[in-house]
Amino acid sequence: MSPDAAVKPGARLDGTGPARLLPWAAIAPLLLPFAWMLVTSLKTHAENLNYPPTLIFQPTAQNYVEVFSENPLTRYLVNSVIIGIGSTALALALGTPAAYTIARWRQRRLALLLLTARLMPGVACLVPWYMVFRAIGLLDTYAALILTHLIVSLPIVVWLLIGFFEDVPQELEDAGRIDGCSNWACFRRIALPLVRPGFVAAAILAFIYSWNNFLFSLILAGDRTAPLPVAVFSFITYGMINWGGLTAAATVILLPVIVLTLAIQRHIVRGLTAGASKG
Amino acid sequence: MPAPAVAALLALMVFPLVYTVWLSLNRWIVSAQARPSFVGLANYVQLAHDPSFWHALGRTLLFCAFGLALQVPLGLGLALLVHREFRGRGVARTLLLLPMMATPAAIALVWSMMLEPSLGVLNYALSLLGVAKRAWLADPALVIPALVVVDTWQWCPLIALFCLAGLAVIPAEPYEAARIDGATAWQQFRYVTLPFLRPILVVAAMFRAIDSLKTFDLIYVMTQGGPGRASETLNLFGFHLAFHYFNMGYASAFLVVFLALVLGASLALIALRERRSATAYVA
Repeated sequence: MSPDAAVKPGARLDGTGPARLLPWAAIAPLLLPFAWMLVTSLKTHAENLNYPPTLIFQPTAQNYVEVFSENPLTRYLVNSVIIGIGSTALALALGTPAAYTIARWRQRRLALLLLTARLMPGVACLVPWYMVFRAIGLLDTYAALILTHLIVSLPIVVWLLIGFFEDVPQELEDAGRIDGCSNWACFRRIALPLVRPGFVAAAILAFIYSWNNFLFSLILAGDRTAPLPVAVFSFITYGMINWGGLTAAATVILLPVIVLTLAIQRHIVRGLTAGASKG
Repeated sequence: MPAPAVAALLALMVFPLVYTVWLSLNRWIVSAQARPSFVGLANYVQLAHDPSFWHALGRTLLFCAFGLALQVPLGLGLALLVHREFRGRGVARTLLLLPMMATPAAIALVWSMMLEPSLGVLNYALSLLGVAKRAWLADPALVIPALVVVDTWQWCPLIALFCLAGLAVIPAEPYEAARIDGATAWQQFRYVTLPFLRPILVVAAMFRAIDSLKTFDLIYVMTQGGPGRASETLNLFGFHLAFHYFNMGYASAFLVVFLALVLGASLALIALRERRSATAYVA
């Protein structure tokens, strides 16, 4: 998909008039919840109880200070980062060679297996893994969370990288083989350096998926290892309704996701709709 | 070289599958100090006669159907608008990604706040249009529609992304021919754009249908299946069996059935994908 394709029929240039604003009118509702979250997080508790809701106010960082001081939010943040980095590293180590093999030797069956992994309902994996981790005393450990997050991150890493490896010209590797490269050397010294952008994108995407995961952590994490989404969910529901704190915490969760998404947006589109347009 | 990855995936997926099938043939309530006892297919028989299961199935189908009916047309419309040339087109397309990449649990919290009955901003906005205040998430008749709205907010951009990929490869000639024949804008859309997009729309809709069968975070954070059981979809039903009642044998029997349902839908998708040689990997 080329976002900057030349103007096509049906893609008229809307020079003037309100029609020019139409696309933005369609995008705006998608952004409003984020905007409202940010606005609410910057209001005082009293202001958030105003009805009708006010738009003009003195912004304050008080909610952020409070939500960090009243809850061990820093610890949950660190948990999220540890689990995210752990599962991402593991997914890359296992997934990169797999993606290379699938792309080079056209292993379509393996690709379908990955697709199946992607389609499996989370609860169906969770019950047996819960029983196992309970039996061997791994509940509330980073190891259990990193392993189960792999169910989500490994398929996306492989799926995204297949596309990148397929773009590496076969001739380069043939040249390498003539110079005496083994399969492993071809992969390590020729293909891998060429897919570096894809590798970075896969790493970021895997990290986001782990960061976003809620279901596995809800059951397998205890207070010691709880990552942000689960921790915030539990202290929001059991505490009193504090919209400033809620939105400040939600902003802390979402900000890294938004930044990372913007950083690799081109590759995300490719990963999400890979193959949708090519035969 | 893919051996470690395949082994890991098999271990992570196939082992649980086998174990679940075995569990489903046993009665085992884990919180009691009971051992598993073999009961054959009793759990499956019980499931077939469990009104809560059928209720959850109904809720799930309602959520899926309602969601697709909204997301496919809205996503297509969104794509058509963003496909035009306009200032900031690249930025607009990037912004499309934000709802679907956002942490579901976090946005579910934000939406719960916006849907709050007395002070929520959504009821306020609707009151400006003359709509009376509603307790969206506490009313059994409104909770599914409210959840569908949030699901649509999050996922209609994905349908739009698929459509944009499709729009980018439609050749120019059919439009030129249509225009020479005097086709109106609507006719061009109906007889050129739509037939070209149909295969992609079908695949996108199938992916969305399967994902919507599996929706968990959003519903769990916003309603936990409530009020009562009004938003208890299959996924939440299974979750409650396993982790509220710790009725693992029964939960496993349900999971086997649920899995068969999802895999059946997925196989249909893969068959479709083989035929259209179009595929996708969706968040």
